[in-house]
Amino acid sequence: MLISEREQLRANIERRVIDFGNNRSALIPVIQEVQQKYGHVSEYVMQVLADVLHIHPVEVYGVASFYSFIGHKPKGRFIIRLCRTLPCEMKGKERVARQLENDLGIHFGETTDDGNFTLEWANCLGMCDQGPALLVNERIYTQVTPQSVHDILEECREVFGVHTTLQEKEMSCELPTSAK
Amino acid sequence: MAFKNYILVCAGTACESSKGIALYEALEKELKAQGVDAEAQLVKTGCFGFCEQGPIVKILPDESFYVKVSPEDASKIVSEHIIKGRQVKELLYDQDQSSGTSADSIDFYQKQQRIVLRNCGVINPEYIDEYIAREGYAALEKVIFDMTSDEVIKELTDAGLRGRGGAGFPTGVKWGFTKNAQSDQKFIVCNADEGDPGAYMDRSTCEGDPHSVLEAMTIAGHTVGADQGFIYIRAEYPLAIERLENAIAQAREYGLLGDNILGSDFSFDIELRLGAGAFVCGEETALLASIEGKRGMPIPRPPFPAVKGLWGKPTVINNVETWANIPMIILKGSAWYSSIGTETSKGTKVFALTGKINNSGLIEVPMGTTLREIIYDIGGGIRSGKKFKAAQTGGPSGGVITEEYLDTPIDYESLQSIGSMMGSGGMIVMDEDDCIVDVTKFYLEFTVDESCGKCAPCRIGGRTNYNILDKISRGQGKVEDLDTLKDLAQAMRKASLCGLGQTAPNPIMSTINFFEDEYMEHINEGKCRAGKCKDLMSYTIIEDKCIGCTACARVCPVNCISGEVKAPHVIDQDQCIKCGQCFTKCKFDAILKG
Ligand SMILES: Cc1cc2nc3c(=O)[nH]c(=O)nc-3n(C[C@H](O)[C@H](O)[C@H](O)COP(=O)(O)O)c2cc1C
Ligand code: SF4
Ligand code: SF4
Ligand code: SF4
Ligand code: FES
Ligand code: FES
Repeated sequence: MLISEREQLRANIERRVIDFGNNRSALIPVIQEVQQKYGHVSEYVMQVLADVLHIHPVEVYGVASFYSFIGHKPKGRFIIRLCRTLPCEMKGKERVARQLENDLGIHFGETTDDGNFTLEWANCLGMCDQGPALLVNERIYTQVTPQSVHDILEECREVFGVHTTLQEKEMSCELPTSAK
Repeated sequence: MAFKNYILVCAGTACESSKGIALYEALEKELKAQGVDAEAQLVKTGCFGFCEQGPIVKILPDESFYVKVSPEDASKIVSEHIIKGRQVKELLYDQDQSSGTSADSIDFYQKQQRIVLRNCGVINPEYIDEYIAREGYAALEKVIFDMTSDEVIKELTDAGLRGRGGAGFPTGVKWGFTKNAQSDQKFIVCNADEGDPGAYMDRSTCEGDPHSVLEAMTIAGHTVGADQGFIYIRAEYPLAIERLENAIAQAREYGLLGDNILGSDFSFDIELRLGAGAFVCGEETALLASIEGKRGMPIPRPPFPAVKGLWGKPTVINNVETWANIPMIILKGSAWYSSIGTETSKGTKVFALTGKINNSGLIEVPMGTTLREIIYDIGGGIRSGKKFKAAQTGGPSGGVITEEYLDTPIDYESLQSIGSMMGSGGMIVMDEDDCIVDVTKFYLEFTVDESCGKCAPCRIGGRTNYNILDKISRGQGKVEDLDTLKDLAQAMRKASLCGLGQTAPNPIMSTINFFEDEYMEHINEGKCRAGKCKDLMSYTIIEDKCIGCTACARVCPVNCISGEVKAPHVIDQDQCIKCGQCFTKCKFDAILKG
């Protein structure tokens, strides 16, 4: 990252911490915003958060590493989370899992080489009567079949195609400006 | 009514993901195209609970209830129903109309009583006016201007309302603790971290009737003397988050949140906090730690949050469903509420019916309804005419209910007495094709995965239990293993710090109790009668029956079936992942499962 971008990021984080009440309670919401924007929470971000909140970086790391939706390694642009709990299992999530692995050429917990897709397990997405359910970033898909996996991935690739340049620009851009 | 007809279109997550939005747009377009957009009002509503048959469209005033409606049906609905006043028969749930055409006449709704879900599928959750039109915020007004705090608490206590988050603690008593605690600051928290596999009533309530939660939290704020509330909701629920954010903004605009609510000197506001994929944050002390910006790890209680909660201040924390009951109790009174239910458990309970049941979905029934009524009368019985095996309630803290207990009237105590739990209300129905060892393994995998690791009994005990179950499911178990499981269960119950570890062994104890024979079959005979434990089964192609149609080879996800066209095929057993797709696909009964 360029120095100017780092400065920008630091300023944004400082501003968002203030938006969220300027105390420790702001830590997780700001981490979540960074995670959403950049796909991971870097060491630099953790250091900034520690400085701003006057806590040790290990504290920040401890929090970031506790929650499964927060990662300190870069993940794919599309994080696909397939529900693995019982009702979805009963509706055939295993086949969907195999299809996803085959189509993407990766196992669960991995990211494709082009950095587009990460495959993860989730525990119950609250769509249990409509299983198998999966979450792609913030979009829920239900009654997924091995056949529909293909369409879902195509849909992602289309979105990705259109937004490539936009995404690239976003890397250096701001966190949301509206308060909360 | 200004309009001749109201067309209610479900905009719950399930219906949305099955083309609900396209349907709404198609209806909008057709109304305009056919020139009747002034005669019918389109309304997006929350979930009707009958997602199995979604997308759902209900038309008022005649209450026609259309199921599985596709965008292509829009034109017909408008031209037939709206213009000519004739029902579109093929879209009705009960097409031969033997039992009528409205929702009330459908068996799925008949035994239900909707208090928590009163507005779901009725109002557009995105407009506060629709909530207000159905007595919304009237309870808050009553509390602020006509009732003392003690009266509110007495009303809740007399109503007999108990926490719906699982533990069933009396809500009025909890509020009383916080009200009587001396402190410069107090907080109100809504637990919307719903994580039990198989439960989604909190999501649906937040999506379909977000204001009922906001109103109740504000009532609590006024009653105990708090000016700040938090809703902790899991990040897996994007639509619910959006609806809550929108509802909070509208309530602020209407002066129902913020300073000087309804012109009184009472001020109260609510913020959202999102979970980040940790089930244990549903436990109240872990949840509060997470709001404070810490790792979501439970701490020992007492002190209870009611006296020492968020930032050490007295905090009322209740579950979404608990909250949604409260405005109705205030408006209709404790006598009305306590007339519903059983001796110890009052009111209704929402259950999420899933698994091998015909009508899966969200239902709300008076406490004391039997499991038989739920599964057969409302749920329409077991899918594909299979045999009922058990119903799992209470999620990873619960257990199974078998055939012989189907007539137990359901309440907190009765479920506990048969080794299960009310939990948050997930009800997973299993049939003869489900293996009890496999199911139990699932719950253990879940609790091992979600254990925060703070205390050893849960961290190590859970893992050991899981490993033993895994061994049994692979046919390598020993008879003594069952005793080890039971011993470990006792230790975890006694020594774990929080509810997760204390209740994690419940699925094991309950299933061993009811299905010891099935465990023994796995152990002694290496047999899984349901054919679910993969190591104890295989798929083979019967040479004589296979005509070589290649259908199986084409569906196999790991390409392990080989054979020439029109020649018998063979499965490579080393590669086969036992997904069963070939078995389902073969039209010639040539694949043997066993
Ligand atoms: C591991 C664990 C997970 C829990 N998850 C939830 C949950 O998702 N939602 C909930 O309302 N309560 C959950 N609870 C119960 C809460 O700790 C707490 O009892 C509840 O929020 C109190 O509200 P109530 O009195 O309205 O039920 C959980 C408890 C434990 C031990
Ligand atoms: S019982 Fe389990 S989840 Fe609860 S505190 Fe102990 S390790 Fe954590
Ligand atoms: S589908 Fe059945 S008949 Fe066709 S090749 Fe496979 S086993 Fe043979
Ligand atoms: S069970 Fe699944 S993996 Fe095995 S042969 Fe059949 S289709 Fe292939
Ligand atoms: S079990 Fe898969 S969404 Fe609930
Ligand atoms: S989401 Fe439409 S009926 Fe449930």
